[in-house]
Amino acid sequence: MRSFLLQAPAVSLLLLWMLVPLCMTLWFSFQRYNLLNPFISGFAGVDNYTYLLTDPALWTAMGNTLLLVGWVLAITVVGGTLLAVLFQQEFFGRGIARLLVIAPFFVMPTVSALIWKNMMMHPVNGVLAWLFNLFGFQAVDWFSSLPLTSIILIVSWEWLPFALLILLTAIQSLDDDQVEAARMDGAGPIAIFWFITLPHLKRAISVVIMIEMIFLLTIFAEIFVTTSGGPGLASTNLAYLIYIRALLDFDVGGASAGGVIAIVLANIVAIFLIRTVARHLET
Amino acid sequence: MHSSITKKLAITLLAWAIALVVFFPIFWMILTGFKTEGEAVATPPSLFFEPTLSGYHEVMARADYVKFAINSVVVSLGSTLLALLIAVPAAYSMAFLPTPRTRGTLLWMLSTKMLPPVGVLMPVYLLFRDMGLLDSLSGLIVIYMLMNLPIVVWMLYTFFKDVPKDILEAGRMDGAGTLQEVLYLLVPLTLPGIASTGLLSVILSWNEAFWSLNLTTSSAAPLTAFIASFSSPEGLFWAKLSAASTMAIAPILILGWMTQKQMVRGLTFGAVK
Repeated sequence: MRSFLLQAPAVSLLLLWMLVPLCMTLWFSFQRYNLLNPFISGFAGVDNYTYLLTDPALWTAMGNTLLLVGWVLAITVVGGTLLAVLFQQEFFGRGIARLLVIAPFFVMPTVSALIWKNMMMHPVNGVLAWLFNLFGFQAVDWFSSLPLTSIILIVSWEWLPFALLILLTAIQSLDDDQVEAARMDGAGPIAIFWFITLPHLKRAISVVIMIEMIFLLTIFAEIFVTTSGGPGLASTNLAYLIYIRALLDFDVGGASAGGVIAIVLANIVAIFLIRTVARHLET
Repeated sequence: MHSSITKKLAITLLAWAIALVVFFPIFWMILTGFKTEGEAVATPPSLFFEPTLSGYHEVMARADYVKFAINSVVVSLGSTLLALLIAVPAAYSMAFLPTPRTRGTLLWMLSTKMLPPVGVLMPVYLLFRDMGLLDSLSGLIVIYMLMNLPIVVWMLYTFFKDVPKDILEAGRMDGAGTLQEVLYLLVPLTLPGIASTGLLSVILSWNEAFWSLNLTTSSAAPLTAFIASFSSPEGLFWAKLSAASTMAIAPILILGWMTQKQMVRGLTFGAVK
């Protein structure tokens, strides 16, 4: 009884926070509901879904979402693993170098996106344009010619430190004796990495992948301040498409149908993540 | 012996090169904040220049910068305090009065974090509009509190579990009620853990940029939204953008560096320690 009372505020608040908007999203997704036109109303059946699912914009956005998530995951997980091994070695100034390399994770997304957009990737005055010219290449107009690639680069820069931070923590619990024994037996560094370090990091890597997926599926601020989803729909992901439907077109029904799709996608990942966490939860 | 020194030097060189490349955009932003607008856009980029505080002066002179900064402080501290207040009793009962349901409750709380914000953007926006919470600090505080509550409960739970039960039992023998037990025994014993949980929640709220961009316009907008206003082509003043950005990220960068270990624990829900 006492434990029920103590948990009641937290549990009831979270229950409300989860159920009320979720039910409303579901309800709206079956309604004709546009904030700009109050005369259109009533039950829409699955119209919002058929409209959305036959809209090429949705499939473009889904494709962009998959590309964004896939590339960022590949870059940050592979990069993070290699960097974790590197930054685990003894070297001069290790503490400070580690602080520098994890710093981008603590920078707010709007700042990261704007530093990259302006000071780094600006086609005329950016540092990258200067570097490209220096080595005799044509400067790239990142956000018009490679919009999605630019977003992928920025987001990877933000999340590489996250992967590194988690994997570096995990690698520190690796048993030194085991590595030493393997070395005695004549294993080279690559064999040690492949047969000892990587299996040891397996769980941490799967946790990194799942947590990143949850966040990467709904990347928003980075697109909002750089390309606004453009040119055209070239850098619009699912989250940004829903935002356009919701707060620019005020199409509540359509946005909610998109929201339901986003929730379903996130839940597929969430089930695996919660299973992994549950397995390691001692109560 | 000789080769091990060479190896260490090679690793030092490689690791530092990578660290500097990764950190470069932040370094460049800090540097640009001390330039004039002309130097900020110069090609080739100017590395040596006479530092000026004019970017900072101009940003601070816009009275609203201070307002945005105060909004950020109020929202992240407010939501964190509220979350701690609600989470401490819950985590206490989970750690010290576990029932067969505790495990399920913890996992369910975690699952509420998985709901993508964009999936519930529309209902939350409409509810806020109807309750008059759009562009209000209290609305943002409630959203951030709910957003961080699962992590806060989870982290407090792992810290509380490390406290030996005998200590609390001894307190109970001496006649302490639940409230005294929590206030005079548990909180002082786990203060470092509570503090790092609070810091993580402050960091996450400070940097949050989905709800702040969609639910605020001017009066309650925090720094994330203020910085976003620099994205318009007319507002392109790099020195000012850099000065404002440096001020916006400096406190969180330092807090983040201080709490990185706890951060791992919190962000992975204890799956990686």
